[in-house]
Amino acid sequence: MLRAMSRTIERRLPLIVVSPLFAVSLFFVYGFIAWTIWISFTKSGVMPVYDFHGLAQYERLWATPRWYVALKNLFVFSGLFIAISMGLGILLAILLDQRIRIEGAIRTIYLYPMALSFIVTGTVWKWILNPGLGIEKVMRDWGFEGFTFDWLVNPDFAIYTIVIAGVWQSSGYAMALFLAGLRSVDDEVLKAAAIDGAGPWRVYTGIVLPSLRPVFLSVVIILAHLAIKSFDLVVALTGGGPGFATDMPATFMYAFAFQRSELGVAAASAVMMLATVCAIIVPYLYSELRGARR
Amino acid sequence: MRARRTDGIVRASGPGARLLRVLLFVVLGLFCLYYLFPLFVMVSTSVKSLAEIREGSFLALPRAISFEAWAKAWGSACVGVRCDGLQPYFMNSVMMAVPAVLLSTLLGALNGYALTKWRFPGADIVFALMLFGAFIPFQVVLLPMARTLGQLGLAGTVPGLILVHTVYGLAFTTLFFRNFFIGVSDGIVNAAKVDGAGFFGIFFRIVLPMSLPAIVVTVIWQFTQIWNDFLFGVSFTVGDSNPVTVALNNVVNTSTGVKEYNVDMAAAIIAGLPTLLVYVVAGAYFVRGLSAGAVKG
Repeated sequence: MLRAMSRTIERRLPLIVVSPLFAVSLFFVYGFIAWTIWISFTKSGVMPVYDFHGLAQYERLWATPRWYVALKNLFVFSGLFIAISMGLGILLAILLDQRIRIEGAIRTIYLYPMALSFIVTGTVWKWILNPGLGIEKVMRDWGFEGFTFDWLVNPDFAIYTIVIAGVWQSSGYAMALFLAGLRSVDDEVLKAAAIDGAGPWRVYTGIVLPSLRPVFLSVVIILAHLAIKSFDLVVALTGGGPGFATDMPATFMYAFAFQRSELGVAAASAVMMLATVCAIIVPYLYSELRGARR
Repeated sequence: MRARRTDGIVRASGPGARLLRVLLFVVLGLFCLYYLFPLFVMVSTSVKSLAEIREGSFLALPRAISFEAWAKAWGSACVGVRCDGLQPYFMNSVMMAVPAVLLSTLLGALNGYALTKWRFPGADIVFALMLFGAFIPFQVVLLPMARTLGQLGLAGTVPGLILVHTVYGLAFTTLFFRNFFIGVSDGIVNAAKVDGAGFFGIFFRIVLPMSLPAIVVTVIWQFTQIWNDFLFGVSFTVGDSNPVTVALNNVVNTSTGVKEYNVDMAAAIIAGLPTLLVYVVAGAYFVRGLSAGAVKG
């Protein structure tokens, strides 16, 4: 009897191990998401209330000018950040793929920013871009008296400083992913093309790059995901300022949740962020998981 | 048969090709400078005196090297009203990162093992549902998490942060280990099952010893993520329990008194040093973690 019981337990052990972990995930991920979604449909202000109140918080959110600033910044930032990081990434990957002996060392240098916190990156670039003491001062000392580079404190240009620092940090990541993709291109195909007399340019544009399409997709999705979540870099570099000129959805949500105590609006903005990420990630995960099973 | 070997992509010879080769190295070298330049600025500024910073160019090498700014950043810089430097916050980060990394790695290993080697109906769905947690924007869980930590009595504490990082790290660690175990032959596990070994016996005696590479990749990835985290730290801790990233941001953005750029830079280096060291020592594993982060089931 006892033995039979212990055998049943033994057989069920995998489930007994996975279930609590799964339950934790359900609670902390799906339960919390459900809570946030529910709060976005209530009148919650400083304290959460649980009575359904319709779409009022979403109407308030979409009537807030600061939210539009955040959205516009997100588009500008992610567009430039993704495009430049990818361009640099593919360029560096191709250059590094030319059978260079010190490739390992160079790759290490290109990729080390990824090991740093965005707060560290933001701190350094804030210093480099500092109008009084950074690049602007150096150029003036070199004799370019009229040189101005005040993007960091200029509301119209501050968002580009975040692009500069973000690209510096993440382009090496794109490079590493592209390089791994380049390495997986079949050598025989390349040799055949070379024997047929195709030049390097033709080989890359005609064969290599088209075969990297899945890598391009992965890189775009990873970078887009980084862009939507970007919070630390904005806080460290500009603090969302000047004013809230460099606000992004992530900083907007944080400000409304923890500084202005408008839980309903904060929850509504978080739900908008979740919806955006889902639109990108869910089809990707679905195809990845399905592709793996095949 | 052709006698000439085409070495991968065509490599022509002659003076034109040599010129291209030189050009290639020039471009690669320039990009090295681009990536290294902020590190150089950070280090050289941190060892300059404030006077030298104000007079000279930020690109110039330091005239005299002084570690005063480092000492101040570590032991006496003001973070808010407390002037003990980064040291206590650095310790907070250590106390937070070490248990959170170990816990999330162990649980992820166990989870990945159960999901691949003891497949049960619905294992794929369980995995897919858990995996989603790795990709959500954490803004969507900030508010309920803050309330839950409050109810557990963990609000504003380091153990609270350990819980948060373990829970939200689990999706990634499970992914890493699942992908690793899929590549491990079922034969060994099945043979051990026939010999009467149980779930945990196989895990600790057979599976875990052979998954050292996966463990290293996961530990490095988790350590980098958790050490560098800012969002959870700033949302769930206050003052004394801040991790080092939050403290660094507070040092840099205090508006009172004279701005000490050398101290800021030294503080940034101190906060970045642990992950940078891990990267230098185990870069290859770090890169593997990065590419595993690109999913690939």
